[in-house]
Amino acid sequence: MNKIIRYPLQILNYSIFMGLVWYFSILPPYHQLDEGEALITYTMSHVGKHVTECKKMSYEELMKLAPNMRKPMDCPRERSPVVMELKLDDELIFSHTAQPLGLYKDQGIDIYQNIKVPAGTHHIQTWLNDDVKVEGPIYQHEQDIVIKPEQHLIIQFDSGKGGFTVK
Amino acid sequence: MSFINPVKRGYLALETWFNISFGHQWNPLYNLGTLTFFFFWIILISGLYLFIFFDSTLMGAYSSVEYMTNEQWYAAGVMRSLHRYASDAAIITILLHMFREFALDRYRGFRWFSWVTGVPTLWFVVTLGITGYWLVWDELALYVAILSSQLMDGLPLLPGTMSRNFLAEQINDRFFTLMAFLHLLGQPVILVFALWFHVKRLSGVSIMAPRGLAIGTFVALVILSLIAPAVSHDPADVTQTPAILNIDWFYLNIYPLLDYWTAGQVWMLTIGISVFLMLMPWLPKKKQDEVARVFLDHCNGCEQCAKDCPFDAITVQKRTDGARWENEVVVHDNLCASCGICVGSCPSSNPFRHSEQSLITGIDMPNSPINDVRDQVDAEIERVNKSSSDSDNKIIVFGCDNALDFKGLESSNTGIIKYYCVGMIPPTMVEYALKKGADGVFITGCRTGDCYFRHGNQWMDERFDGDRKPILRKRAERARINVFRAVETECKELKAELDRFQQKLSSMQKETESVDSDLVESDIVESNIIESDIVENKNGEA
Repeated sequence: MNKIIRYPLQILNYSIFMGLVWYFSILPPYHQLDEGEALITYTMSHVGKHVTECKKMSYEELMKLAPNMRKPMDCPRERSPVVMELKLDDELIFSHTAQPLGLYKDQGIDIYQNIKVPAGTHHIQTWLNDDVKVEGPIYQHEQDIVIKPEQHLIIQFDSGKGGFTVK
Repeated sequence: MSFINPVKRGYLALETWFNISFGHQWNPLYNLGTLTFFFFWIILISGLYLFIFFDSTLMGAYSSVEYMTNEQWYAAGVMRSLHRYASDAAIITILLHMFREFALDRYRGFRWFSWVTGVPTLWFVVTLGITGYWLVWDELALYVAILSSQLMDGLPLLPGTMSRNFLAEQINDRFFTLMAFLHLLGQPVILVFALWFHVKRLSGVSIMAPRGLAIGTFVALVILSLIAPAVSHDPADVTQTPAILNIDWFYLNIYPLLDYWTAGQVWMLTIGISVFLMLMPWLPKKKQDEVARVFLDHCNGCEQCAKDCPFDAITVQKRTDGARWENEVVVHDNLCASCGICVGSCPSSNPFRHSEQSLITGIDMPNSPINDVRDQVDAEIERVNKSSSDSDNKIIVFGCDNALDFKGLESSNTGIIKYYCVGMIPPTMVEYALKKGADGVFITGCRTGDCYFRHGNQWMDERFDGDRKPILRKRAERARINVFRAVETECKELKAELDRFQQKLSSMQKETESVDSDLVESDIVESNIIESDIVENKNGEA
């Protein structure tokens, strides 16, 4: 092939290749949120209460066990599921019952939930129950809040810090 | 013409286009592996330069990258863009490389190892790119960090939720330094090992792209870097979620899936695709002919077959049969591709040996032994001699079984012999065919630069040029040998090339006859002169 033809063809090929490289390195743009939307992340790492209370072992019961297994208190390991809800302007936007992890259901739960919401002034309400022996919310929080477009609002639960925090 | 599936036909058309544009030597599709290595070199060198100015702290990373991009745009900025675009280009060449091997059915059989090891290698490349995006620590980096953590959280390996660390701003300099270490050293070292495994079963692996292609690609990358320099998003801010992100689809394409699917589902998809890809060589398994066998009685341990084997399937060891030679060769069955190139390398494959008895060579293919090939040559020459007139040119075609379909060339004056690869043809076999009465030898093989068995074309050329043993001796008239290289879609060109060769042989024949008749005429004139002299002398004496 004549080089006079070949070189322009090479330039064309390089241009197409680099065009592809450039285009897919940034385009098409990814729309994480629609216009006027914000993101709420609802998250926690928590261990529910024991399903049953510890029971003191009687002498007879202890004697039935091997010597190395004898403990004064019998504490069943199973934990309560953690029930949670999040409402925005009285509309339920997240509801979940997280079962404890582990073969004996004795581990904690981890929640990380992203929820897209419209920006604006809102009233948020959330509650959590981590004890099967108690009916209804154990921890709860509500407040009015102004959420800006593209804001990332984090609602986090930490029992060590007294419950829910919103920031 | 045999059926060619549309994927292969499309791919071959693309290859033809690049052959027109770049020529065989620089065709990017023949150099996808070396081109990818070339991109890695650019990534390495530009990365080292960027590291000089990079501040691997949480607070300093973004500003240091901004400094490189804006203040030192002419050097570090260009380097950053080269780093980014070469990484993206590498993904294209890797995907094309995979597609090529698939389209040409070069992923099954003996090639399973390279295919299977290629899949995790792609994973390592992608994860290396992903950690690179963390280091800029802009909005995109935070997005990648959080979603990568969500993906990790989807694996039942680690307790807790990694993603929350970014929300609680628990990321510190130490973690950031760890990420920098991973990207700069840990992952590249793993990638080097992965690449080593990937090419482990190949011999004579080149990691340097042809100079012209490398220069052209580099210039194109530099121009792209100057026209559209890589830039950052705004600095990472956990309280903000940018509505629009310009994500790099080459590396971050699975992240948007997390908008619709859980991390577990995304893992199932990616792992599922990977496992499927890795199982492809056995879906279905490709049949392979019996592997090469060594015949020690005819092997002098010259090692030429070991040097020529494209898949490192032959090794040399000390002689075990007590013969006077120092070494012998051993074929490793699990590595052998049954290409037969070793048969072409072996000096004992000379068909002039033991002409009255069975020809046994030092290394041979059980399903197509060299003795059978010689018998076929004899039989085909006998057939064309019987079925064609004296004025016809008798041609023997040595055809590569993995290139274009040459069986249609068989005719009253053309005999065909099938080979696994043109590299399997001992040069003496060509000489033998000519000596036995063929007017010409026509060899068909894979396209230049694209031998199915990697080195067959190159070895044949070097043997014919006298640069590689065993050489084609000078007594084999080169003008009577024609080599044609093409792919399955070029059958018309094959026929046309054979016709041209026929014509060339005919004109050579005419020239020879003309020279012969001139010689005869001059002999007659000369003898007439002598006779008249004798008559004159006799008359004079009388």
